[in-house]
Amino acid sequence: MNLDNGTLLAAIERQFPTAILSHSEPHGMLTIETSREKIVEMLRFLKEDSETDMNFLTSLCAVHYPKQEDREMCVVYHLHSFRQNLRLRVKIFFPVNDPNTPTMTTLWPAANWMERQEYDFFGVQFTGHPDLRRILNVDDMEVFPMRKEYRLEDGTRTDKDDRFFGRDGHEGIEFD
Amino acid sequence: MQVQSYFSSLDNLDGELATLNLGPTHPATHGIFQNVLKMDGERIVSAEPTIGYIHRAFEKLAERRPYNQIAPITDRLNYCSSPINNMGWHMTVEKLIGCELPKRAQYMRVIIMELARIADHLVCNAVIGVDTGALTGFTYMFQERERIYEIYEEVCGARLTTNIGRIGGMERDFSPEFHEKLQKFLKDFPAKFEEFNSLLERNRIFMDRTIGAGPIAPDRALAYGFTGPNLRAAGVDYDVRVMEPYSSYDDFEFDIPIGKEGDTYDRFVVRQEEIRQSLRIIRQAYENLPQGKCHADVPAFYLPEKPDVYTKMEALIYHFKVVMQETPIPVGEVYHAVEGGNGELGFYLVSDGGRTPYRLHFRRPCFIYYQAYPEMVKGSMLSDAILTMSSMNVIAGELDA
Repeated sequence: MNLDNGTLLAAIERQFPTAILSHSEPHGMLTIETSREKIVEMLRFLKEDSETDMNFLTSLCAVHYPKQEDREMCVVYHLHSFRQNLRLRVKIFFPVNDPNTPTMTTLWPAANWMERQEYDFFGVQFTGHPDLRRILNVDDMEVFPMRKEYRLEDGTRTDKDDRFFGRDGHEGIEFD
Repeated sequence: MQVQSYFSSLDNLDGELATLNLGPTHPATHGIFQNVLKMDGERIVSAEPTIGYIHRAFEKLAERRPYNQIAPITDRLNYCSSPINNMGWHMTVEKLIGCELPKRAQYMRVIIMELARIADHLVCNAVIGVDTGALTGFTYMFQERERIYEIYEEVCGARLTTNIGRIGGMERDFSPEFHEKLQKFLKDFPAKFEEFNSLLERNRIFMDRTIGAGPIAPDRALAYGFTGPNLRAAGVDYDVRVMEPYSSYDDFEFDIPIGKEGDTYDRFVVRQEEIRQSLRIIRQAYENLPQGKCHADVPAFYLPEKPDVYTKMEALIYHFKVVMQETPIPVGEVYHAVEGGNGELGFYLVSDGGRTPYRLHFRRPCFIYYQAYPEMVKGSMLSDAILTMSSMNVIAGELDA
């Protein structure tokens, strides 16, 4: 049976009637939002069910939205079903003060380093991860550098004003 | 074997296990990453990789750079095939803004991307030869790589970190020298390549060294997120160019070579065959290169012609707006993947309407499949481990980003 965004959404809704908090299709990829309580179950279903057959974890990354109260941290999973040639994006949101979310390493060993990278950059604690430590930065780094509160450079530079190079970031985010 | 209870580490197990540090600097161009191996004589018991020596904070940098300034960052991911990274990024932005390229620009991109793939696979296979002791193939193939560099230079001015192409097409049309150089390359390269092939492919010593070195089963490879030649050598025919064709790849006819065991020999042969298939694609694209413009009509992103900038007011304003990125970018998120030299290179772009991305995540194939390295070399000998590492084509730039 050929799967498309509509039938995929219906299959997930059938199995998890209350777990889909929102869904959309930006640029043709079905994107659903769920909660961290349901995420392992949902991805396990998507992987093992013969209809959805999402056998491949393409990517796992985190995004920091400091302006969203209690939903600052977002983890985005990109899944891919080779047989059905269909991609899916699943997002979960949780507060930055409680950045714990379950690990995916039980389903896909590929998630191991991907989760370490997101821990290293954002401080997301993946509970159940076999070896959660920094991977790309130095081990004794104290901050989680990709979070929006940290600048790119140290700010002591006086000779170059980024505004004149079109590099002043975006409206709403203050880079002083 | 008795384990003394107050020793907790394996090192002191009757003094039999040795700790060997493989890296971070390797002979023979592997890049900067370290492996701490626990050896039982010549056999590897366990390996622990450490990466991040060349981490340059690309994802953080990308949040502070306008869209046209991110292309030089993507160059430095898999720097052996940087045009593919560049094109992947340009296509991601074009997907976000909804820009469709003319056929000529797409075919031009295909030619450049396939040349990049040939260059990448040449390095990888030559380096597998070097690690088995055959240095001649390496020095011989680097001359051919130089010819590919000269072709890049005609298009964009640079040899390695090319920053080729622009959002909306190619920066300039192919010059007459380009046509000359490409035709000469297409004429001369196949024979030289077959000479290199004959040095190694059926060479008794090479086959004995590489067959059975670092195998991986297809289901383990899929679980580890393998893509590209490493996955195809394990037997799974997944190629982004065929599954989700981009830039008119569905106009061309080419085969996807797959292996059986997923060992070093299979990876070598798969890459050799992919070079031949890339040549096939380049020939088809070049012979059928359509007439037309080399860029789409997106004045908000694509720089106008310089003579117009000096004489016409609108061109001057557009030039200013493009360089200072005053163009409003649509809000949204997009994921685009291209078939890089090592597999599925993905770009996950989240835009909030500002002039720089809100979040740009690179799905780097090297980073993801290098996790499997300890499993692939466990139980094998040290020389096999070196070969396995070089046959996986781990490029430090893509590993760390």
